[in-house]
Amino acid sequence: MVDSKHQWKAWLYLAPALVLLLVFTVWPIINTVRLAFLEGYSGMKAAGGATFTFGLENFEKVITYKKFTLTLKNTLLLCVLTVPISTFLALLIAVALNSIKPLQKTLQTIFFLPYVTNSIAIGMVFAAMFNVVGSALGTPNENLTSVGIVNNILQIFTGKDHYVSWINSNSPEWANMFVMTVYIVWNALPFKILVLLGGLQAINKQYYDAAKIDSTPRWRVFTRITVPLLSPMLAYVIITGFIGGFKEYTSIVGVFGDKMGPPDAPGRLNTMVGFIYDSLAQNREGLASAAAIILFGIILVVTFINLWVSKKRVHY
Amino acid sequence: MHIELRNLTKIFPSRNKKSGEEVIAVNDFSFTIPDGQLIGLLGPSGCGKSTTLYMISGLQKPSGGQIFFGDEDVTEVAPEDRGIGLVFQNYALYPHLTVKQNILFPLQNLRGKDKMTKEAMIERAYQVAKLVQIDELMDRKPSELSGGQQQRVAIARALAKMPRVLLLDEPLSNLDARLRLQTREEIRRIQKETGITTVFVTHDQEEAMSISDMIVVMKLGVLQQIGKPQEVYNDPANLFVAKFLGTPPINIFKGTVRGGKLFIGESAVLDVPGVADQDVHVGIRPEGFVLDANGPLTCQLSNVEVMGRDVSIVCSSEASENPIIRAIIDADDRLAISGNTVAFSLKPHKVFLFGAQDEKRIRPSEVK
Repeated sequence: MVDSKHQWKAWLYLAPALVLLLVFTVWPIINTVRLAFLEGYSGMKAAGGATFTFGLENFEKVITYKKFTLTLKNTLLLCVLTVPISTFLALLIAVALNSIKPLQKTLQTIFFLPYVTNSIAIGMVFAAMFNVVGSALGTPNENLTSVGIVNNILQIFTGKDHYVSWINSNSPEWANMFVMTVYIVWNALPFKILVLLGGLQAINKQYYDAAKIDSTPRWRVFTRITVPLLSPMLAYVIITGFIGGFKEYTSIVGVFGDKMGPPDAPGRLNTMVGFIYDSLAQNREGLASAAAIILFGIILVVTFINLWVSKKRVHY
Repeated sequence: MHIELRNLTKIFPSRNKKSGEEVIAVNDFSFTIPDGQLIGLLGPSGCGKSTTLYMISGLQKPSGGQIFFGDEDVTEVAPEDRGIGLVFQNYALYPHLTVKQNILFPLQNLRGKDKMTKEAMIERAYQVAKLVQIDELMDRKPSELSGGQQQRVAIARALAKMPRVLLLDEPLSNLDARLRLQTREEIRRIQKETGITTVFVTHDQEEAMSISDMIVVMKLGVLQQIGKPQEVYNDPANLFVAKFLGTPPINIFKGTVRGGKLFIGESAVLDVPGVADQDVHVGIRPEGFVLDANGPLTCQLSNVEVMGRDVSIVCSSEASENPIIRAIIDADDRLAISGNTVAFSLKPHKVFLFGAQDEKRIRPSEVK
């Protein structure tokens, strides 16, 4: 405890951090809640002297918007697809990395690269990889010779003229989703691998020696020893994975641009965060705030479900 | 089944590549562990005793030499195929499994002709649990057990699959003093009941002496002496073994042999026929002193500690290599102590001579 005579000193030292937090974190949160309940709030109108009444209209509007239900569906779908896949892959890679001696550090660095790379830049590379060059903007008679590397590889197996339109005009929705899933999983791997590898290296090697002496088959070592002992870390990456998944936005901008969809179907892949940004761009701050609070509520509920499940599943 | 080690050697490559100095953890080790006995591998830390144990287990590969289980050469056999049970220093119990699941774990791995039914496994688990007296704790997690109980669970897990050899790495080092005494008796009892050839590693000579059928004393990777605890104590092969065994430790004096007589300081204390004239280290066990007013060895008295049955006389002498000399005599003889000096005569069979340079034992031609 700080001596009461010197308490003002403690406050003084804390002041820089506290002031910044109050101005840029605490007040915006409070203000978001306030705006969400001001019916039809708009910054422009407010500046013009308009007043707004308290009510739930913003929330009603948000949930009845078709656009919003689409973004909700997209967000949920991406979460459900990417979190399990990326967690499972990260676990396999972490275990593999942990079990090799040569090149471990090099490979670790390679796997960590996506983490330090700008996600818009990654998105552009992905867009190039999945592109169909020439067809999207070319004439009907143009001879298709150049496509993205993914189609190039596919053509080895399916023939020269065959290609899938992944992200261009006329692309099917499943193809768009596939590209986004690959992208998000790839982008999510490094952090998960890092956490799981750290967890693996903290496991006492003697458990494995003991298992070896008892001639435990590899798969059983993995499921009965590694996974349970890693379960706190697994719970952590799954929970943070879902939270990150619900906030998905930049990845889609990276691949599709701010149209949030292929050229002929803009907005098809929009997410909840995308909806919030769009509302802000239209000066509908009340709507955006309400959507943000709904998003917050969903993340809260999902996290509680995660914690509840992990309480049963996470050992010690 | 007996275990035979032949010229077993383990060399660890140097960590520092420039200096290129290898560490010889175990150097040309050969001895045979008889069937059904409890063997203590004993030595100070870094002497290679754990390395030896792990080579027997197969978790570490020897750099040279062979290991035989019975007549079978197991040097190249994988640890899981050697039929051993290993108890780790910190037990390595699976923290997420209950005691029962821990004991069942090795049984569930059995395949082929050894495969057991569920009922048989449970029965076996309770059987070994009873043996180590933890059958009441079967549904607890390891974190809910005391150190001694965890130790028993580890032994039960190692015994469950009926190993040919039981190996224990510092089995008592994580227990408090009282529990240590109790558990070492326990290990002795379990070993006797199962009759499994058992090897355990310890740095505590008292522990090794008290329960082993045989002790193997090691120093810096080299075998010093092997034998029954009392034999090794009564007949140490060199100065290291003499110093390492015994509580309180042996007293060491600088001495000289001249004309078949052993001199400590200026007084001849003992006849040592057949020993050439030379400087020697003289080791005298604390119980080797006899209070004798006319005795040849006089020391400056500093303290008398009464310990009930015995009396410990703490004194000092110019000729001693240690700052204090400790002699243990019968409490009844205490009355004879008076003044600032104390004089002793010596029991010849408690006095050992070692070469001044090589520290090897020098034996007089006849020991009285």
